[in-house]
Amino acid sequence: MCTNISETVPAAGAAKGGAGWFPVTAANVGFDHAVGSRFDHALLLDFVDPARGPSARIAVELDLETGRALVAALQSVIEAAERSGAPV
Amino acid sequence: MWNSLRTDAPAGLVAGVTAYQAGDGDLVHAYVARPEGPGPFPGVVLAHHMPGWDELYREFARRFADHGYTAICPDLYCRTGHGEPDDVAAAARAAGGLVDDTVVADLVAARDLLRALPTANGKVGVFGTCSGGRHALLAASKAGGFDAVADLWGGGVVASPEDLVPQRPVSVLDYTADLDAPLLGLFGDEDQFPTPELVDRHEEELKKHGKEYEFHRYADAGHGFFYYHRSAYRADSAMDGWAKVFDFFGRHLSTGS
Repeated sequence: MCTNISETVPAAGAAKGGAGWFPVTAANVGFDHAVGSRFDHALLLDFVDPARGPSARIAVELDLETGRALVAALQSVIEAAERSGAPV
Repeated sequence: MWNSLRTDAPAGLVAGVTAYQAGDGDLVHAYVARPEGPGPFPGVVLAHHMPGWDELYREFARRFADHGYTAICPDLYCRTGHGEPDDVAAAARAAGGLVDDTVVADLVAARDLLRALPTANGKVGVFGTCSGGRHALLAASKAGGFDAVADLWGGGVVASPEDLVPQRPVSVLDYTADLDAPLLGLFGDEDQFPTPELVDRHEEELKKHGKEYEFHRYADAGHGFFYYHRSAYRADSAMDGWAKVFDFFGRHLSTGS
């Protein structure tokens, strides 16, 4: 099924793909048809720079369990980063 | 019918990417496949699925051409940009997805292009799977003017008010009265979108309005059971489904039908 579930957040960073590093200006999070994994549907995480066209994309497909674990790990690391006082 | 070709018959076809004037006047890419020869050939407009204007749909177009149709598959994501199909599809999804009215206009323009070809027999059907099934049915209902429509597991045909968004503001079900072409529907009983209950609801509406339709449901199949590159593939159901498609279009798009 086509869920059309998708959210976009502005992003500041960079990602590395086959053509090397490029700036990441947005992160798209969706849940829809999987393409590269064997799931019917997957959490879709895309790190993109739309100004560079559709190919400026680092794509990841995950199951929901992995997504939850990733959210928890992100939260944990963000809190540790803030406690460390190290600048971004 | 699959593999019913004659070994002594000419089997040439011509296929490739062209650009055509789409519904809003934009030049949009389309993959066109047609049999060699003067015709007359019926036409089929292919509304590609959400995963994109991809290799699978190019194969679909060539399969139709092998069976005697001129097939055109517009790149409905053409305005989003270019790259590998999954990247373009991802960009389109992030932008909110396709706009119904634009898709309908693009499919209608493709239909008119096919009808104007010197090799045309004047009959044009529209075919789509997944979101393309919904778009095919929407075009045949809202715009009309097609001679047959094949909706293969189109999700969102029966939409609740909370499902409606600016890009997809209507439940196609509400246009059932306007459908002016016979409809073929293929569905898997294990599909969650549309569920068998949603297919039942669609069928009720078609009966209520006295529409010509035939639905075929496959007990062992879910969503996308033609897709041989996905685990959803169900060989027996897919081959029977293709036979249903060619039988249906053969009856409704042949010259003189």
